[in-house]
Amino acid sequence: MSATLEPTAAANEGALADRSFVIDLPAYAGPLDLLLSLIRDEKVDIYDIPIAHIAKQFLARIRQLQLNDAAEYLELAARLLRIKAQLLLPRHGSEEAWEDPRAELVRRLLEYQQMREVVDILERRGDERRSRFGRAYLPEAVEPVAAPLALSLGELLTAVDRILRVTKEPTVHTVVARALDVPGAIAYVRRIIGERRRTRLMELLAPDAEPWQVISMLLALLELAKQGELRLLQPRPFAAVDISDHEHDPAGQAA
Amino acid sequence: MIPLAKLLEAALFASPRPIPADELAALAPEASKAEVAAALEGLREHYDVDGHGVELVEMAGGWQILTRPEYTEAIERAQLAARPQRLSAAALETLAIIAYRQPIGRGEIEEIRGVSVGSILKSLHERGLVEVVGRAEGMGRPLLYATTPLFLEQFALRHLEELPRADELAIALRPAPQPL
Repeated sequence: MSATLEPTAAANEGALADRSFVIDLPAYAGPLDLLLSLIRDEKVDIYDIPIAHIAKQFLARIRQLQLNDAAEYLELAARLLRIKAQLLLPRHGSEEAWEDPRAELVRRLLEYQQMREVVDILERRGDERRSRFGRAYLPEAVEPVAAPLALSLGELLTAVDRILRVTKEPTVHTVVARALDVPGAIAYVRRIIGERRRTRLMELLAPDAEPWQVISMLLALLELAKQGELRLLQPRPFAAVDISDHEHDPAGQAA
Repeated sequence: MIPLAKLLEAALFASPRPIPADELAALAPEASKAEVAAALEGLREHYDVDGHGVELVEMAGGWQILTRPEYTEAIERAQLAARPQRLSAAALETLAIIAYRQPIGRGEIEEIRGVSVGSILKSLHERGLVEVVGRAEGMGRPLLYATTPLFLEQFALRHLEELPRADELAIALRPAPQPL
């Protein structure tokens, strides 16, 4: 079968090549669609496809349609060339054992063709339905259905980008630096300790003390403790801080 | 018209979607299924024979009153209603494969179409024409898709069996001829 196929195809090639230019470029639904329409246009038998000729035409169409970047078309093109190569190989063994390398392609084409017939039916039925209106015209349901987690990274990034673009500028707080009053706090602590000899941190701070006052007080205490004027004792983390003058042991224990 | 037919007509008139046969039957509990079916048939004949601008159409396991196609253009011109958008060829191909092979995974669909169908499946799913009905066994446990009642509705099919069987199509799959 293939022995006669190649010369015939080669002879036809020159004559057919000129016919490969089409003015009206249809949109193909995929590589199989393109291949099938080539087979129809060239009027070749689907069970006996002149692979060499069809592969050449297929590549020409891809170039014409500028589909070069469509991997799926190139994949089929590569498949065609592989089948062409297989057909050129000398056959070993008996004729019966030889398997036509085109068989799988034919099966796929027929399956695809069958599906196209169903498409035609659906198209007709769909048009019939579309030309009839129900009593209350409802716009097509646009309520998003929970999609079965089919997000690509690109889609995710696009969504993030979109959100970032519509999000308002973040609210900016202007922080007014407030001077701490450490010397004032030191004077206050000295006065209290001078009177009472011991106290606690919470007693030094007014209940409504502002943060700057708290910080001033903390720095004052640390400074006085460093200078050896005070002893600070916190028995446990977060416990009240006992403050006493140097001589007085705040916990009543030996230093 | 018999009272049962009038009741069914009123219900059908009120509904923007096909009313399933059993819901129609529930409207008149005292009527038998056969009586409801006969009343529906009578209503359809009434619209057809007496010459009405609407007709009674059976689809997706239910019934709906629809305008007749000869008035579509006039209605659209007056902007009283608009035809929904046509599906793309790629979407129709994908739907056709799912309709015949359901439940089917994405990989199988791509094998038949020869192109990737991820985004098309997603939009068919969003349009409510296909749904996920489970997962296949094996590698990656791919999602399995099937058509929905809305699919039947949008293609005016009573049920899936209304589509021709695979062997009734013009090009039925036949075994490749034996090499000579």
